[in-house]
Amino acid sequence: MTEGIRFHYDVDGDNFTSAGEASVNVKKKLRQMGFDPDVIRRVSIAMYEGEINMVIHADGGEADVEVLSDKIIITLADKGPGIPDIEQAMQEGFSTAPDNIRSLGFGAGMGLPNMKRYTDSLEIESEVGVGTTVRMTVNV
Amino acid sequence: MTVKELTEALSLEVLTMPEPDREITGGYAGDLLSWVMGRARSGDAWVTIMTNMNVVAVASLADTACVVIAEAAEIDAGIVERAESQGINLLRSADPIFAACSRIAAACGL
Ligand SMILES: Nc1ncnc2c1ncn2[C@@H]1O[C@H](COP(=O)(O)OP(=O)(O)OP(=O)(O)O)[C@@H](O)[C@H]1O
Ligand SMILES: [Mg+2]
Repeated sequence: MTEGIRFHYDVDGDNFTSAGEASVNVKKKLRQMGFDPDVIRRVSIAMYEGEINMVIHADGGEADVEVLSDKIIITLADKGPGIPDIEQAMQEGFSTAPDNIRSLGFGAGMGLPNMKRYTDSLEIESEVGVGTTVRMTVNV
Repeated sequence: MTVKELTEALSLEVLTMPEPDREITGGYAGDLLSWVMGRARSGDAWVTIMTNMNVVAVASLADTACVVIAEAAEIDAGIVERAESQGINLLRSADPIFAACSRIAAACGL
C-alpha cells in the first residue's frame, strides 16, 4: 500500500475569527484532488467541529489529516483540560461552552454527535488535566 | 432557481455574490452553528440572524447555496471580504426569519 498524503495544521487557541481555517483548507485540497463532494463535505464538517472544539474547549491544538487510497484519517490532538465523561459529552445537547461562546452560535452540544454522524469511525482518548485526542476516519 | 434569480425575485440585498449561478435546492433556518452543520444540506439557502465570521466557514463547509441574513442584521467587519474570497454568496433581507423563509420557499417552489 502506498504512503498517504499528509497535511498538518497548528490550531490557534485564541483566534475565533480564523477558527476553522484548517478545515476550510482541507476542503480546498480534497477538492483539488478530485474527491467526491459528499466525502469532502463529511470530512470537512467533522474536522471543523473537532477544530472548533479545540479552540473553544482546549485553547488550541494540532490537526493532522492523512489521505489514503481507501480512507481519510483526521487526528486532532490537544493539551487542554480533557473530557471527564466522554459518554456524557457525546450526548446531543450536552455542552460546557461559556456564554460568550454561545453568543457566537456555538454551544448547542451538537459537535461531537455531528462528528460521529459524518464519519465511519470516531475514537476519543482523553485524560483530565492532560488533553484529548480525537481520531476520525471517513471511508472513500 | 439560481441564487441570482432569487435575489431578483425577492429584491434581496447582495452583500457579495461570487457564485450567482449556484442552484438552490432546499432551505434551512437556524442560528446554532452545529445544528446547521448537522442538518443543512448541500445546496440549501441558509437563513440566519447570526452574523459573525464563523458563518462564512459554516456556509463553506456545509456547502449551502447562499446565506440570507434576515432582519437586516448588521454584519461584523471583514465578513463580506471573507465570503467573497471563499466563494460564498451572502445576501440580506429586511424580513424576519419566518417571513424570509416563506418568501424564499414560495419563490423557489420548495
Ligand atoms: N477537545 C476538547 N477538550 C475538552 N473538552 C471537550 C473537547 N471537545 C469537547 N469537549 C467537551 O464536550 C462537550 C460537548 O462537545 P460538543 O462539540 O458536542 O458540543 P459544544 O462544543 O459544547 O457545542 P457545539 O459543538 O454544538 O457548538 C463540550 O461542551 C466540552 O465540555
Ligand atoms: Mg463543539
